[in-house]
Amino acid sequence: MTWDWNAVSDFMPQFWDGLLITLQALVLGSLISFALGLVWALLMRTPSRFVRWPVGIVTEFVRNTPLLVQLFFLFYVLPEWGVTFSALTTGVIGIGLHYSTYTMQVYRAGIEAVPVGQWEAATALNLSRRRTWTAVILPQAIRRVVPALGNYVISMLKDTPMLMVITVLDMLGQARLFSQQHFQFTEPLTVIGVAFIVISYLASLLLRTLERRLVR
Amino acid sequence: MSVETSKQPTDLHTTPSELIRLEQVTKRFGSNTVLDHLDFSVQAGRHVTLIGPSGSGKTTILRLLMTLTKPDEGTITVDGQRLFPASDKQCREVRKQIGMVFQQFNLFPNMTVLRNITEAPVTVLGLSKDEAEARARELLDLVGLADKCDARPSQLSGGQQQRVAIARALAMRPKVLLLDEVTSALDPELVAGVLDLLRDIARTTDITMLCVTHEMSFARDISDQVLMFDSGRVIESGPPEQIFGDPEQDRTREFLSAVL
Repeated sequence: MTWDWNAVSDFMPQFWDGLLITLQALVLGSLISFALGLVWALLMRTPSRFVRWPVGIVTEFVRNTPLLVQLFFLFYVLPEWGVTFSALTTGVIGIGLHYSTYTMQVYRAGIEAVPVGQWEAATALNLSRRRTWTAVILPQAIRRVVPALGNYVISMLKDTPMLMVITVLDMLGQARLFSQQHFQFTEPLTVIGVAFIVISYLASLLLRTLERRLVR
Repeated sequence: MSVETSKQPTDLHTTPSELIRLEQVTKRFGSNTVLDHLDFSVQAGRHVTLIGPSGSGKTTILRLLMTLTKPDEGTITVDGQRLFPASDKQCREVRKQIGMVFQQFNLFPNMTVLRNITEAPVTVLGLSKDEAEARARELLDLVGLADKCDARPSQLSGGQQQRVAIARALAMRPKVLLLDEVTSALDPELVAGVLDLLRDIARTTDITMLCVTHEMSFARDISDQVLMFDSGRVIESGPPEQIFGDPEQDRTREFLSAVL
């Protein structure tokens, strides 16, 4: 086995394409999971069990079935019902939806960690329910959950190669394509391995800065 | 201080100046009956102190008035309006008249001191930001923290936080101020500042105060009525001179000798 720098440079154009897709999937998937997870968490706190039960069942189902199965389902079954998205959009929705069922747990813990005295002070000041959530509870809850959300971003990054199965050419997809075309496996796989580490590291740096900014 | 024995707190006859009235209020936590068919009323402008052993139901009364908990039976009326039983909307309306200061301050840590005070006047009372800030600065001046506008609660001492909490409650211009053991969580050297402030407020405003406290000297100073609680009932009430000087009940005597 020899290391061929030429193979690395030949792979680069495809690598950049793959990197762009991976980053898109990661950023959009994260945003969807953050937003949707918060929606689930808030719905689970409504007084009506006719809201809580369906939300509970759906999220439990999504959390406890493999992402891979969900991706196949979204990509091959939804079109039969007339719902068609591009492969990347499907992937982003799949990852975002799957991880939203995890982030909802994070938000739930964060909301429950806000001392009961904060709710009582909000009542004593007669703040509306909406204002209590947006001005008092959520700012404190979200500040607490940033580190935990960050861990899911790293997990999501590591799950992006799964999008390959629904024809999205992320970094791994491009590496595989290159390997099959040139019969050189070591270089492209090593390059994307390094890229994954670098992205994880940069993401964790970003999160740590954010954390330090928030926890004051 | 004048001794007014004509207005007993357990007097059930409605008078025009009657502000708070509890009738036959019962509150249970599980099998534990905290308040047992309690009747009492408070006249407008009065400073009433609730004393008694822990678990005797004093704090529960404040929490009922602030709608932080609901009674199992009975009725609660504030300024002629029903607080319990009542719709949520009605509760919100009545609650406008009531402010509360907590043992643990409960300032909002995510807001500056100024925002803590202006938040409710702006979003609940509909004051403009400028009006609310002017009011807040005036109150911060009153509580001696004019220079702490932009500080975060976490940068203040316990005593300073409690003074901000008092300013925050007053910013809503309540008719009734509920004070729930407001000095219990403070370091001993910080207690005096908070109590002095409350004495000032009691002296200079016509706000009705209901205090639960273990500071007997404070209770003697500011209140014109003292209610002695035991096992969910008012066992004795009267002006502080009488309760502290010459209590009728043995239980009161026993309690006072234990805490004084």
